[in-house]
Amino acid sequence: MNPIIPLLILCLPLLGFLVLGLLGHKMSHKAAGWYGVLSMGTTMVLAYITAATYFFSNDAAFITEAGNRLQHIIFNQDWLQFTDSLIIRLGFLLDPISALLIVVITTISFCVHLYSLGYMEGEKGFQRYYAFLQLFSFSMLGLVVATNIFQMYIFWELVGASSYLLIGFYYTRPSAVSASKKAFIVTRFADLGFLIGILILSYVTGTFDFTDFTSVQDGSSYAVALNTPMGILARFQGATFMGCSLLTWALVLIFMGGMGKSAMLPLHIWLPDAMEGPTPVSALIHAATMVVAGVYLVARLFPLYLMEEAALMFITVVGAITAFYAAVVACTQIDIKRVLAFSTISQIAFMMVSLGVARPEFHESLGYMASMFHLFTHAMFKALLFLGAGALIHAVHSNDYTAMGGLRKYMPITHITFLIGCLAIAGIPPFSGFFSKDEILSACYQQSWIWGAWMSMVAGLTAFYMFRLYYLIFWWDEPDYGHHKPHDGPWVMSLPLVFLAAVSCVAGFIPFGTLVSWNGVPYHIHIDWMGVALPSIIIAVAAIALATVMYRKKNSLPEKFAKASCGLWTAAHNRFYWDEIYLFITHKIIFNGICRPIAWFDRHIIDGSMNGLAWLAQRLSITIRPLQSGSVQAYVYIYLFGALLLGAITTACVLL
Amino acid sequence: MFSNPLIYFVVIPVIMLLGLYLSRSMAHIRTVAVTGSLCLLGLSIWLLVDYLGLRAAGAEGAMLYRGDWTWFSALNIKLSVGVDGISIAMILLSSIILLTGSFASWKINPLPKEFFLWLILLSIGVFGFFISIDLFTMFMFYEVALIPMYLLIGIWGTGRKEYSAMKLTLMLMGGSAFLMLSLIGIYYNAGLDSWNILDIAQADSIPHSWQYFLFPMAFVGFGVLGAMFPFHTWSPDGHACAPTAVSMLHAGVLMKLGGYGCFRVAIYLMPFAANELAWIFLILTGISVVYGAFSACVQTDLKYINAYSSVSHCGLVLFAILMLNTTAMTGAIMQMLSHGLMTALFFALIGMIYGRTHTRDIREMGGLMKIMPFLAVCYVIAGMASLGLPGLSGFVAEMTIFVGSFQETALLNRVFTIIACCSIVITAVYILRVVGKLLLGPVQNEHHLELTDATWWERTSTVTLIICVAAIGCFPNFFESLIRTTFSADIFKVIGM
Repeated sequence: MNPIIPLLILCLPLLGFLVLGLLGHKMSHKAAGWYGVLSMGTTMVLAYITAATYFFSNDAAFITEAGNRLQHIIFNQDWLQFTDSLIIRLGFLLDPISALLIVVITTISFCVHLYSLGYMEGEKGFQRYYAFLQLFSFSMLGLVVATNIFQMYIFWELVGASSYLLIGFYYTRPSAVSASKKAFIVTRFADLGFLIGILILSYVTGTFDFTDFTSVQDGSSYAVALNTPMGILARFQGATFMGCSLLTWALVLIFMGGMGKSAMLPLHIWLPDAMEGPTPVSALIHAATMVVAGVYLVARLFPLYLMEEAALMFITVVGAITAFYAAVVACTQIDIKRVLAFSTISQIAFMMVSLGVARPEFHESLGYMASMFHLFTHAMFKALLFLGAGALIHAVHSNDYTAMGGLRKYMPITHITFLIGCLAIAGIPPFSGFFSKDEILSACYQQSWIWGAWMSMVAGLTAFYMFRLYYLIFWWDEPDYGHHKPHDGPWVMSLPLVFLAAVSCVAGFIPFGTLVSWNGVPYHIHIDWMGVALPSIIIAVAAIALATVMYRKKNSLPEKFAKASCGLWTAAHNRFYWDEIYLFITHKIIFNGICRPIAWFDRHIIDGSMNGLAWLAQRLSITIRPLQSGSVQAYVYIYLFGALLLGAITTACVLL
Repeated sequence: MFSNPLIYFVVIPVIMLLGLYLSRSMAHIRTVAVTGSLCLLGLSIWLLVDYLGLRAAGAEGAMLYRGDWTWFSALNIKLSVGVDGISIAMILLSSIILLTGSFASWKINPLPKEFFLWLILLSIGVFGFFISIDLFTMFMFYEVALIPMYLLIGIWGTGRKEYSAMKLTLMLMGGSAFLMLSLIGIYYNAGLDSWNILDIAQADSIPHSWQYFLFPMAFVGFGVLGAMFPFHTWSPDGHACAPTAVSMLHAGVLMKLGGYGCFRVAIYLMPFAANELAWIFLILTGISVVYGAFSACVQTDLKYINAYSSVSHCGLVLFAILMLNTTAMTGAIMQMLSHGLMTALFFALIGMIYGRTHTRDIREMGGLMKIMPFLAVCYVIAGMASLGLPGLSGFVAEMTIFVGSFQETALLNRVFTIIACCSIVITAVYILRVVGKLLLGPVQNEHHLELTDATWWERTSTVTLIICVAAIGCFPNFFESLIRTTFSADIFKVIGM
């Protein structure tokens, strides 16, 4: 494949960032905005061309005669050489998941660029906003096409920084500033684990390259043969640390990076606060693209994770707990963006669990395909929901559902598209979420019925809190909107909504198994109607029915329910006090317990001893200063005394 | 003598001094300072290009552009010059910072002529140090670089300037005392009747028992200037009171003299002891890294924050040098370059902000992004470089250090490497704290609303530094290979590792 197109996919957003960042203040809002949209649109078309070429061209570089998909490196440029084998390269790796992700990222990014033309109209710093969007898109694209783990880390950090800039876009608001700071520091802490994991992995294997982790000799597929003595596994043998093998440690630490970016418990606390950013940004970064980077990371290293069941088990447990926790909290939030944020956390946890339960024994790692499928569908319907929420906020100028209600009459387009999003996430056929969630649940049941039942329950909660939100916004009781009745946004805002809603309707019918699988071998998915699909539909419908009863019309049921829940509701509303715990640890323990004492120690003990030394020298000189009094008599006395002393010593020596 | 290009690194500043003597107005002084430092920058770029050309053409030898001129034959003291990739990197750094420092002191007041006199004298010491390979002349230039600092801080400083100037000078002189003892010890124990570094390293004739004694003295002697825990306390006070350009030169270049000396004298000449005793200093420098970062988290004075951050970053330099492997040591030199540039940028910006708001206390400022966007954006870029954002120089240097350090399998090295890695989080904490409080948020003081953004000379200074930081961050392989080839080919052959 010609490397020009992939290169342009990376360079256009970067160029956009530089142009808008350096020259943006000379452009008008309109020019800057349309430049950003066009740049992203071109990138999107190029990404579609690339992905289509990869999936459908039957090129020998991409697919074998037998129909197995291959990993293909389009270009790979040395960027920084550490040792002979450890080299950071910047390259472009094309395989099923990277091809999928560039499509997702450019699509959502384009929608958000277009949507922002309306949403951000007239905002101060409009050009800066578009520059940051371009920077983010560049970083995210660089992350997913990484050919080696260090390239991924580089772009991982850039993604974090652009997220910081975008969350803190309204930089005069203290809440936005602290939210952006929190997001950066929490993810940075997670990245520390990622970095140490990379260090361990690269030290043992002597390589950063993904293809070295996955390729085998026979050329039929690119996954590792698990038991080859020459493989990566052999290099880890014997080395253990605290009872776990080094590989487990490396993989768990790398996953910690993923937990930070994907907001898994207990590193999830930054994501709800990140909603301080402009809403389109939340749609792009905190729903569809950046937060799935952790899932992508695990999927990318999946062959390695397969070698360590313990690491996969860890992922499953973390994912399952997070999914439940976030779903419960989402049922109680007032701010509609926070409901969506917790819903995102929960849905990403679904993908994590799906990866965690995937094993080659079960339907060629069905869970792997399912998580990528869900990643795709979730990106579409969650972006749709966020953009819809943006339209609502744009219309009523508030984030709280208490300021909304009965909006179905005023905002028909937003209403219909939001409903489609809710149906999709709730898992009602034929909307896309049903298909992907069904695959995840199947994968869970194949591993163990416990995971299956647990995740089915979370799926039921999902349907409940989404329809709670839907009814509270579009039905419930209508507040007084005054003279300016809310209305749908301009076409640049409605078009992305309609487009994403359309995708959410049909995306479920994509034969995903033939496109994406963990080792490139295609297979056909089938839906287990009786075992998995039907029960989950029943659960979803029941949950929706419950939500309808409770929230369709203004009534006192929700309040009674909250009162009857013995404080559970309050605890969930306060997100189970995670923020307070963190505040205690960071502020009381680290800041007051470590930083302050160290600073005090430095000023008073270390510096004090230096000053003490100086003081000592001064005292010493003051003590002996009287000897040099300048008075001749004193000198004569000293002279006499000295002479006598010397004389006495001499005499004593001679005599004895 | 004047056919050797290296000698001009000392000659040009001397001519600058002459020009300064003849200047009659501020404009003249500026012309002299800027022209002179531009000449030095041009010369160092030419040197870099020519050096690479010579190496590509197959030039052998640890150092190129060698020259020896006897100075005091009774003690075999010579003026010996020569450079390799590492010294060239340091020379380049020094000339960039001298140039940007001259721009940053555009409006220095009072006594501009005297200020530049001492500044140029200081740069003679710095350049002389980096080109010398004779231990004695090296030490002489080292002292030449230290003394002007006393006057520069004592006269043009702010706050408790006399105290700080005295403290800085005395502590560094204390280090020099160790250093001189160590150098004389090296001279006599090598038994070559030569002060030449290359000869001594080649012969490797210092008895091991003596190395145990001389290595710590040399390392501590230079380590004081490299802000090694617990000899770093001159740095916060000194930086806080120094005028802008002096802070820039001091943190940007002078602290690098420490790291460079630790490597070039202590480790290069006494590899045996370096191997045996590295663990002591690994612990100390490892502590420096996190200790400095934690201390920076609670400071409220901008310059104190930066000074402690320098303790942390320079600790990483010494830490990596002690790993004694090519990758980590390459990383150490990269970190010197990177830290030199970004800390100079920081101090320049702090000086500019202080010049406007007349306070450095972050509690009294806020929302500067709205008032002086240019300076604020530059500050954010400097902060991002400091916390290791890819694409800027800090990331490259730190990653090289971490990857290199992790290749050492000893438990102590592993543990301290992981501890040092933690600094990436703490750095993020204190950088974002400052950015959040100082630049973002609402405007704290209404009087600040009338302040102006950067002037053209300030822009020149900061933009130059940012370009350099970004150049290293975006194209690291050029610099890394310059340094790495120096290490692998010439130095490890001598050390025998």
